[in-house]
Amino acid sequence: MENLLEIKNLHVSVEGKEILKGIDLEVKKGEIHAIMGPNGSGKSTLALVLAGDPRFEVTKGSILFDGKNLLEMKLEDRAREGVFLSFQYPVEIPGVSMVNFMRAAVNEHRKYKGEEPISASDFLKLMRDKREMLGMDSQLVNRSVNEGFSGGEKKKNEIFQMAMLNPKLAILDETDSGLDIDALRIVASGVNKLHTDDNAVIVITHYQRLLDYIKPDVVHVLYDGRIIKTAGPELALELEEKGYESLINTANTK
Amino acid sequence: MIEQQYIDLFETYREEIDKNATPGLNKERDAAFESFKKLGFPTSEPEDYKHSDISRAFDTELGLNLRNIPIPVNPYDAFKCDVPNLNTHVFFLINDRYYDKPRSNPSLPEGVFAGSLQTFSEKYPRVFNAYYNKIADYSNNGVAAYNTMFAQDGFVVYVPENTVVEKPLQLINILRGGVDLNVNRRILLIVGKNARVKLLVCDHTVDDVHFVVTQVIEIAAEENAQIDLYELEENSEKATRISLLYCNQQERSKVTAAGITLHNGYTRNDYRFKLLGEYAETHVGGLAISDKKQHTDNFAFLDHAVPHCTSNELFKYVLQEKSTGVFCGRILVEKGAQKSRAYQSNHNLCVSDDAHMYAKPQLEIYADDVKCSHGLTTGQLDVDALFYLRARGIPEEEARMLLMVAFTKDVVDMVRIDILRERLEYLIDKRFRGDLLRCGNCNVCK
Repeated sequence: MENLLEIKNLHVSVEGKEILKGIDLEVKKGEIHAIMGPNGSGKSTLALVLAGDPRFEVTKGSILFDGKNLLEMKLEDRAREGVFLSFQYPVEIPGVSMVNFMRAAVNEHRKYKGEEPISASDFLKLMRDKREMLGMDSQLVNRSVNEGFSGGEKKKNEIFQMAMLNPKLAILDETDSGLDIDALRIVASGVNKLHTDDNAVIVITHYQRLLDYIKPDVVHVLYDGRIIKTAGPELALELEEKGYESLINTANTK
Repeated sequence: MIEQQYIDLFETYREEIDKNATPGLNKERDAAFESFKKLGFPTSEPEDYKHSDISRAFDTELGLNLRNIPIPVNPYDAFKCDVPNLNTHVFFLINDRYYDKPRSNPSLPEGVFAGSLQTFSEKYPRVFNAYYNKIADYSNNGVAAYNTMFAQDGFVVYVPENTVVEKPLQLINILRGGVDLNVNRRILLIVGKNARVKLLVCDHTVDDVHFVVTQVIEIAAEENAQIDLYELEENSEKATRISLLYCNQQERSKVTAAGITLHNGYTRNDYRFKLLGEYAETHVGGLAISDKKQHTDNFAFLDHAVPHCTSNELFKYVLQEKSTGVFCGRILVEKGAQKSRAYQSNHNLCVSDDAHMYAKPQLEIYADDVKCSHGLTTGQLDVDALFYLRARGIPEEEARMLLMVAFTKDVVDMVRIDILRERLEYLIDKRFRGDLLRCGNCNVCK
């Protein structure tokens, strides 16, 4: 399988402080990668840089996405090329209804591909199908984006948007935080349904718990801006048992 | 002195002014004149006009159509206000005169009058005399005095007690003229006990000359009356609008007034409410969307004179390019007006670096068992929200539009006519996209 994402020697700073210090990562189509690591290791930074957050400065390195230079793309173009970030902290946008938001997003994706805007009836059907897949209340999609949503509803809403936009690469940044076990199961099953041989998922998490439902092919440990270990799914179980301590000590003595 | 030419004009043409009006209107002029000579036009000196020098607008050669020379315009042709969707009774004021050739006579409920102020003053002298100039106060406002000196006609809605006007009324003000013009317009709204009415007022400019418009709106909300007044300004950049709304509310009356400044030149709107009967309720809102060098000043004064009244204020501004917004919200809770509830919100977006917002809440509270609050923010578009929208593939320009339109939503939501609200949402969207037909067309109806 070809590489969907190719990150080489990525260095990223914010306000002059280096956060990512040389990341190398390859993700192939059809794969699920998990990125774990202690707080402050740079996991969310990596996710936000991929999505195109302008607060971060890439000082060195390259990112190829589906053969294209991701770093040269505006952030909206990255989304339309198929990069999707499920936010750790979804933003509340009073006054913008979920329906209008999703219609605009879906149509911008279509326009980018040279397609006509979606018809009203197809759009409503799409909304209903995806909403039902995630067991979301029909009231939620009539409200303003994330406004007054509970923590769990916000995370479900992220996966709902992912389902609507059908990305090539989905980055789930701590999608499990704030979810109870039932919601976690629904969200995970949603992600699994959307996962095919043609797309890939990067799951950022602190806990093995989510990985019981979304089974990764590869697990990476990020620490102090570097990937210090990459292995199979057994690594996550090992970390759950032993913590990061021993890995970090090994990394520091290198 | 800027005022001198208007003082001279008034004295010279007094006979003409009277001849082209009615005795009811004429008998108010002398006292107003005395008041004007004392007060003059407000400059930026008094606190209430700090950011809007009204006198400057008059410091030019302006014509006044005191002899009521007919203005050649057929508003139906000029504006195509056929009202396909917005099902209203339509009336026109051409400058300050009532257009008396309506296409059809609206079938209003029995006893309801909607039409010319002149006609009303003759047909209903008792009601006219009880209300005209009894709600507005020209003793301390030079513009109100000036307007009363020169006002020769206007629009009246009179709804007698226990009468409900279901279908909204719509007044379309058309500014039309070949030379720079001063227009002095009156609107009188009398709504009796248990009566209800909704009125939409739209301002349009047709010609590319300078218009300086003074407008005095007097509203009497009698016991348990319900009034909705929505104003939509779509004037040209050469128009100056100085509007003074005075409203007296009796027991359990409920008044909703919202002013949308969609396109304008220089605007000052006063909203002066007196809550005179217990359990009266006021909802007043304003929205300004401006760019270029447009100036919008909203001044709200909520006077809680008796206990148990509620007032709710919501004013929002979206300022682009070099535009200016001014808001002053004064709440007065008089001694003894216990259990008053008065809430004020003012939120402003300065989208460009050159836009200016001057905002000032003023709360004067002389009762000790009240709930009053005010909130004021002035800022820019939320960068996190912008990022979130763009991260879903929405281009930056479009994302900004969505956020600006969203910002206006709660003011538009004050409008309690569904179809008008939808129309406003559509117009606001167009306004932000820069493809609003600026004037010459009634955007509400088309």
